[in-house]
Amino acid sequence: MKRSIAALFLITLASLSFAQEFPAKPGKLVNDYTNTLSSSQVQQLEQKLVAFNDSTSTQIAIAIVKTVGDYDINEYTLELGRKWGVGQAGKNNGIMIVVAVGDRKISIQTGYGLEGVLPDVYSKRIIENDIKPYFKAGDYYQGLEAGTNAIIKYTKGEYKEERPKKSKNKGGFPVGAIIVIIVIIAIIVRRGGRGGGGGQVIGGRGVSDALFWGMLLGSSGRSSGGGWGGGGSSSGGGFGGFGGGSFGGGGSSGSW
Amino acid sequence: MKKVVLALVAVIVVLIAFSGCGYNSLVKLDEDVQTKWAQVETQYQRRSDLIPNLVSTVKGAAKFEQGTLTQVIEARSKASQIKIDPDKLTEENIQKYQAAQGQVGQALGRLMVLTENYPELKATQQFSDLSAQLEGTENRITVARKDFNESVQTYNVKVRSFPNNLTAGLFGFSKKAAFKADAGAQNAPKVEF
Repeated sequence: MKRSIAALFLITLASLSFAQEFPAKPGKLVNDYTNTLSSSQVQQLEQKLVAFNDSTSTQIAIAIVKTVGDYDINEYTLELGRKWGVGQAGKNNGIMIVVAVGDRKISIQTGYGLEGVLPDVYSKRIIENDIKPYFKAGDYYQGLEAGTNAIIKYTKGEYKEERPKKSKNKGGFPVGAIIVIIVIIAIIVRRGGRGGGGGQVIGGRGVSDALFWGMLLGSSGRSSGGGWGGGGSSSGGGFGGFGGGSFGGGGSSGSW
Repeated sequence: MKKVVLALVAVIVVLIAFSGCGYNSLVKLDEDVQTKWAQVETQYQRRSDLIPNLVSTVKGAAKFEQGTLTQVIEARSKASQIKIDPDKLTEENIQKYQAAQGQVGQALGRLMVLTENYPELKATQQFSDLSAQLEGTENRITVARKDFNESVQTYNVKVRSFPNNLTAGLFGFSKKAAFKADAGAQNAPKVEF
């Protein structure tokens, strides 16, 4: 009894002290914490992976760190992939790649849902044949470029993007706001025309006003779900966020 | 008439009391532990299934390591005899299971170390594929064990805390055992290339 309490305490302590070694969930797919890649290289990889995510919902996340400390590289990568939630919940179609530059180690972890199209043998071959030759020469960008291309080749047929397009009204035309303004103006104009009776709420007029409001607002509410999303995504939107996928330990690692 | 109403009220009170004492959540947690256990068994089975292929591949290239190969095969057949009823995840059963699988792991580890002496074996595609699969399987085992342990911990906390311990005792939910860290080795086969 006492021992189990002590063990519990130790486990909690250990998990607390480990927790800090994982970078917090980012808003990007390509995350270089070591400045190994130039910002334009990060940008290029990011664009490619975001486009892949947009068309297939499969998420390939990359983290470049200095070291994974006492962790096994596979364990670290799995923990990070789970923590960030790479891939879609339910599909579990995420790939987490961690490059530990200082340890000269790389791991590719495959989400449950991709183990069929990207078995461990394939991820091993990608590391050995596509990534390692470049890494050995110190060209991390080309290695990741070739590695992600190979992963995309294997996984692209497996999933389709089925989520409804999210309306990212970032910089898009604020149609909703404009309709509301038009409605308000219309109401003011109608009320102005009536002259003195404006303050009365529970009259025939009041009810029709409420109906008028309700119809307009109701219709605008309904269409906001479907129609206005297009503007947001065509303005070259960024990564929409991780989907909460999980990992089961599939994948492989290598050192160079 | 009055009696019927009273009985109804009693039933409702009992139902509320049960859910209040966590009966439903105990069932849920119990199910979760069993699912996680099934996952552990699946992954160990996966490793077991890899062994015949691995052994025959190594056998061709490394004829002199007969003793090590035999150890792997024996450990595998011993381990495959130990199956645990998911309702009886007791300390003793888990220990037995872990010990048997640990033997397999150690024998495999020794085998993988030996293959270092056979570069022509390591250069073959077949061996490289097999060791990639073995690495992935060891990872999956680690993950499945970790998930199982976490699930057991959540369950045990629930079973032993008040007032759930009353319900748990009444319906036979007992404390379950988890895996201990492997003594001696951080799990023998660290397949490095």
